[in-house]
Amino acid sequence: MDADFRLKGGLINRRKPLDFSFNGAGLSGYAGDTLASALLANGRHFVGRSFKYHRPRGILSAGVEEPNALVTIGTGAMADPNIRATVAELYDGMVARSQNHLGSLEWDLLSVNDAFSPLFGAGFYYKTFMWPAAFWEKLYEPMIRRAAGLGALSGQDDPSRYDKGYRHCDLLVIGSGPAGLMAALTAGRAGLRVILAEQDFIMGGRLNAERERIDGMPGAEWAAKACAELTAMDNVMMMPRTTIYGAYDHGVYGALERITDHLNDGEDGDGGDQPRQILWRIYSRRAVLAAGSIERPIAFGHNDRPGIMLAGSVREYANRYAVAAGRRVIVFTNNNDGWRTAHDLRSRGVEVAALIDTRSDIDLPAPAGVRVIQGSAITDTKGRTRVRSITLMSGEELACDSVAVSGGWSPTVHLTCHHRGRPKWDASIAGFIPAGEIPPGMDVIGAAAGKMATSEALQGGITAGTSAARDLGGKTVKMAMPDCEDRAFGIDPVWHIPSSRARAWVDFQNDVTTKDIRQSHLEGFRSVEHLKRYTTLGMATDQGKTANIPGLAVMAEISGKSMDEVGTTIFRPPYTPVPIGAFAGRGRGPDFMPTRIPPSHRWAEERGAVFVETGLWLRAQWYPQPGETHWRESVDREVIATRSSVGICDVSTLGKIDIKGADAGEFVNRVYANGFAKLPVGKVRYGLMLRDDGFVMDDGTTARMAENHFIMTTTTANAGGVYRHLEYCRQCLWPELDVALISATDQSAQFAVAGPNSRRLLEKIVDDGVDLSNAAFPFMACGAITICGGVEARLFRISFSGELAYELAVPARFGDALARVLMQAGEEFGVTPYGTEALNVMRIEKGHATANELNGQTSAHHLGMGRMLSPNKDFIGRIMAHRPELTRGDGIRLVGLKPVDPAKMLSAGAHFLEADAPSRASHDLGWMSSVAYSPILNSSIGLGFVKNGYERMNSTVRAVDFMRGTDIEVEITSPHFIDPEGRRLHD
Amino acid sequence: MRYSVFSILNQALRGNTGWKPVWREPEPRPAYDIIIVGGGGHGLATAYYLSNVYGITNVAVLEKGYLGSGNIGRNTTIIRSNYLLDGNEPFYEMSLKLWEGLEQDFNYNAMVSQRGVLNLYHSDGQRDAYARRGNAMILNGADAELIDQDRVRAMYPFLDFDNGRFPIQGGLLQRRGGSVRHDGVAWGYARGADSRGVDIIQHCEVQGFIMEGGTCVGVETSRGPIRANRVGVAAAGSSSRVMEQAGMRLPIESHVLQAFVSEGLKPIIPGVITYGAGHFYISQSDKGGLVFGGDIDGYNSYAQRGNLPILEHVCEGGMALMPAIGKARMVRSWGGIMDMSMDGSPIIDRTPIDGLYLNAGWCYGGFKATPASGYCFAHLLATGEPHDNAAAYRLDRFRSGAVIDEKGSGAQPNLH
Amino acid sequence: MLINHPLLGPRDAAEFTCFGDASLLLRPDPGPNGEPDQAAMDAFHDYLHLRDNPAGTHQELWYHEQGDRSWLVVTRDTINHSIIKVELARNVKARNLKTREGAG
Repeated sequence: MDADFRLKGGLINRRKPLDFSFNGAGLSGYAGDTLASALLANGRHFVGRSFKYHRPRGILSAGVEEPNALVTIGTGAMADPNIRATVAELYDGMVARSQNHLGSLEWDLLSVNDAFSPLFGAGFYYKTFMWPAAFWEKLYEPMIRRAAGLGALSGQDDPSRYDKGYRHCDLLVIGSGPAGLMAALTAGRAGLRVILAEQDFIMGGRLNAERERIDGMPGAEWAAKACAELTAMDNVMMMPRTTIYGAYDHGVYGALERITDHLNDGEDGDGGDQPRQILWRIYSRRAVLAAGSIERPIAFGHNDRPGIMLAGSVREYANRYAVAAGRRVIVFTNNNDGWRTAHDLRSRGVEVAALIDTRSDIDLPAPAGVRVIQGSAITDTKGRTRVRSITLMSGEELACDSVAVSGGWSPTVHLTCHHRGRPKWDASIAGFIPAGEIPPGMDVIGAAAGKMATSEALQGGITAGTSAARDLGGKTVKMAMPDCEDRAFGIDPVWHIPSSRARAWVDFQNDVTTKDIRQSHLEGFRSVEHLKRYTTLGMATDQGKTANIPGLAVMAEISGKSMDEVGTTIFRPPYTPVPIGAFAGRGRGPDFMPTRIPPSHRWAEERGAVFVETGLWLRAQWYPQPGETHWRESVDREVIATRSSVGICDVSTLGKIDIKGADAGEFVNRVYANGFAKLPVGKVRYGLMLRDDGFVMDDGTTARMAENHFIMTTTTANAGGVYRHLEYCRQCLWPELDVALISATDQSAQFAVAGPNSRRLLEKIVDDGVDLSNAAFPFMACGAITICGGVEARLFRISFSGELAYELAVPARFGDALARVLMQAGEEFGVTPYGTEALNVMRIEKGHATANELNGQTSAHHLGMGRMLSPNKDFIGRIMAHRPELTRGDGIRLVGLKPVDPAKMLSAGAHFLEADAPSRASHDLGWMSSVAYSPILNSSIGLGFVKNGYERMNSTVRAVDFMRGTDIEVEITSPHFIDPEGRRLHD
Repeated sequence: MRYSVFSILNQALRGNTGWKPVWREPEPRPAYDIIIVGGGGHGLATAYYLSNVYGITNVAVLEKGYLGSGNIGRNTTIIRSNYLLDGNEPFYEMSLKLWEGLEQDFNYNAMVSQRGVLNLYHSDGQRDAYARRGNAMILNGADAELIDQDRVRAMYPFLDFDNGRFPIQGGLLQRRGGSVRHDGVAWGYARGADSRGVDIIQHCEVQGFIMEGGTCVGVETSRGPIRANRVGVAAAGSSSRVMEQAGMRLPIESHVLQAFVSEGLKPIIPGVITYGAGHFYISQSDKGGLVFGGDIDGYNSYAQRGNLPILEHVCEGGMALMPAIGKARMVRSWGGIMDMSMDGSPIIDRTPIDGLYLNAGWCYGGFKATPASGYCFAHLLATGEPHDNAAAYRLDRFRSGAVIDEKGSGAQPNLH
Repeated sequence: MLINHPLLGPRDAAEFTCFGDASLLLRPDPGPNGEPDQAAMDAFHDYLHLRDNPAGTHQELWYHEQGDRSWLVVTRDTINHSIIKVELARNVKARNLKTREGAG
């Protein structure tokens, strides 16, 4: 059985009844309903509370502009707050709840705010809550915060899935009313690739809301026919339920397509295979904005009561949804459109108690049996949770249960302003129309351009479609202009009713009244932006779609300015709110960023390695053995094993850059601060790389494999940055050099084989004829070899650990096998895999700097490498490295640090102070950059930067760490804790 | 008019019809002691401290648009003093202390709300870097705590502790950090300066400098020439455009930074929280909107609008950190022009031109600096000497190498 | 934004990394090796730090990091983001090297 307020006809599917609940009450509607139309069909207007005064609020509109009817739909983790009931497509089993009340919707305890509204005028909070000062955070603010917001997030992880996609087209048509459909038809027939995007779930725009006929058929039918033709075209893509939310640079539009929001997907959000929504980036060559217009209210006394609605929406509810807004409707208008509503309601059998027009001498045909009152206005209304009566200027009171208000229509210019276009005032329609810097390639047609007649909309579509076809190489098509009925547009803008003494709302959601605007003016907040910010006008979830223009008009009137002088605030994306989850897409959880794994990852997993994130890489941190209960046990064992026999470590994550060409040597010589010109073939050298501002950028080793072939390594963290820098040097600074670069980080698997037995281990796997003796392959030698019977490899005799050590590289696909081969071959030496922790311990024992020291803030002198800056060549960073602050003798220096009491543990991040110095920055001597426990020295050791550090060698300072509550006496030492002469390297 | 509970009660009884303009709308006079170019937060604060601390009231603030129309009106309202380097930390700590007494000082509730700023760390290296920073903060008289995962969980139970790409290990917490109602700051300073006689002249664009014998003696404006003994420029993203008229090139590029706000929601995020593994930070305003942002777009721009890649990137960071905000809907995005300097730190200094002073290079950190920036710039304009806490903010630091590069990115403004 | 790569056609700007003012191509003459003279210090100070930072047409460097690793010189309007010209940086640099030689 139909609900009480259901009429006949409409575009709903009566064969598909749907059950839903609102605040626990079971109700029913039909497929094709929105939540709002279904609520209205059940006689339910009062659905929410306003933000500030908690006043009862009803459904105002039938579209995205809705400020009042905000509800939470769904339960549990799927609860979706602040949904506009007017655009929520009804589904079976929908659970909707009202928001922003303490207690029930009907008896909201916070409605007491309304009684004190004189105290809560515009900007009241700027003037109070200041005494005593401590009370703001303890009392006032918590109180305000508790009242904040409308709906609530569930607090649980959003279970919905969101996707992203990219689409390309010649012409993007935004809006599927008569203008948009005609533009799409024209361009589609011309063969252009067209995307037609419509925010509604059915195409047709206002044609679905009106009774006018096109080509002899009802508008909705004409729209359906046009859509059928478009759908059949291969070159046209129809995108209903898709909002174009933003116009970005170079024809890129942001679009949000709602895939499952109209389906019941339960609490877990498992709506089958479909994502909830898809965020499309649409790349268009041209765009047509046919977004129509939005009706606005008139500010009269107590115009915010449930039952008071926009007239065009009342008409839409009657025609499209077959719902009567009330049993006794009063229409109040300042323009011809209100008359249409009165006619349509009458023709559907709804009683219209009066048609009140602020204008006089209007000669329009009056709907039968309707009392027409011209030159008057509503000054006040009554009714607590539903309008009960209105009062005319004459004082006469008229009973009603619904009021349909039309204050005129504002073109939907929002997207035209996303490139900072500033619309201009068109007095003939009393609305702002697009002007200024509208996005390049965008045509605006129909009501969005201020062309209010249907014929203008259709013609605009033909013109825009034709022009796109002509410019983009489409076929020439002859379009016939459909027959249609036009209604004369006429308006005499009345924004508010001055004779109303009661509060008159402009922004319903944020409770901004004409009095607030008056006060804002009085206090000097007169520019539109000040008005907006001071009163919060237009800053609610509806983004002021109904409030802005009336608010500005009232300000213009008070300040005696024209609308153009007052101007508008800036419309910014998104056009309607877009979920943060949709913007993120699948980039969340483990998929936030890609995970890079070194070639031996699976092998490390098998060995039970503990992994650590280093940038995007996942590296083995240590390899626990049975019985080890603390990570230190594992790491100490790995260090001792390596230093006493042999260890292996996957170092493939180091950046590797292949450098070739006749000028490769010259190139490398210019990008490093130390000399490389004379590096012989078959040798490796440590290189220090500066930025051009003279600070250290990175370090690494570079091997000369052949006269014109170098392999450079970088730190793991800087692999991308160094490569970019080298390409910059090659292309932007020295294109004349004959040199080519390729990033080879992922091409090879590289293992450090370190320790006194490393040579003996390697000798077991290299092919015959490869001589690893100290004479044939000394420290810093390199060469291409083969291993394991013909596998091509590169061997470098370099050492990060300070031991006799090699790095062995094979094609990445052999990385896993190489790890296993090394383990097998090394069994007799007790070979031990070691992770990044042991690597770090050993490099600190050797005083090697890494990211903690090469942090972009340190110079070669700070690092103790000032003498590496070659005086015999030019190189990147040479000039600025000589700036006084980078070279000064009393600046910071990298030193080693040891606790005086070996039982104490150092902590990185501690600052250094003299024994008796106060804890003040002026006495700060530097900081601890890296620490480790050395199982060789049986002591905690550290590296750090100390002002005038070399002068302080062997003296003690305090390492103070307020964060961990420690204060330790430390001795400043050389950073080379182990084998400072480097004998082991050369063994 | 002094604001108090009584003024509100009194006005309520009179239907709120007796309020007075918060500031005058004066015509420019032919000459002033000091002209401030730029009626944003820093310019208005400078005028406020000149008139209220240094006793110089013959001051004009010239603003091209409406007062507070720049970055003071479009930022994410965060205040904090959690800097690492000696050049910065004393200055920002001075600023935080000024914030703490600001409202009583200028009799305007800017809603300074110290709900804590938490910077998360996700690796040992990041933890140690934060320890170094926290210790530097303590040495500079600020507050800082390094907290572990359990304590983070107690404060923000809905973060993705278990499924995240980068594990949340803990954070550096500054409890005195928080947020402020940004517009209220501009209005409070404007009101406080105006009441001391400072002329705030809106819709007055500076079109050139009046130079006599190499000395700056005033400005040409869209409302005619105005002379002054000293001219201070605090034009943020427009600094290069303004100073070009004096023939100066600055160590600054202008870039766009986007920021975002969601629909109003019931309170869920108590303080300010910064993701350490992506470009994302967030807080919730007293009205309930989630206010969030990330990094600059990365290209030079005066357009005050950005593009989708960074917007999506910021939201990815948000969802990676706190998947509970997925259904919160972004209601507004906006872009501001950032005066990105070559080391990521600002400039408060004399220029090589006598009579002309510069306050610029705030990158995207200018809001929290507003009080100290105004105070130190006022000090410089009043005394001719830099304030102790801003002594590092000199133009010549790029020559000497005494750069203040918190991130260590070098002379690459879009990386700071 | 879309950048019309001279070799690859239109590409989303997200594939690129922007590096600011293309005057970085004009690295000053560093002078003789070793300790630099004041002129070189001044020239490098200006080169590395001072920017025209125009509101309007701006020549800037973009690196096709997620692509072919070309460095491009993009001429773009910083007020409305419209792109006027895109060239390979190495061609621009080679051209101004030639101009310099021609002038010298």
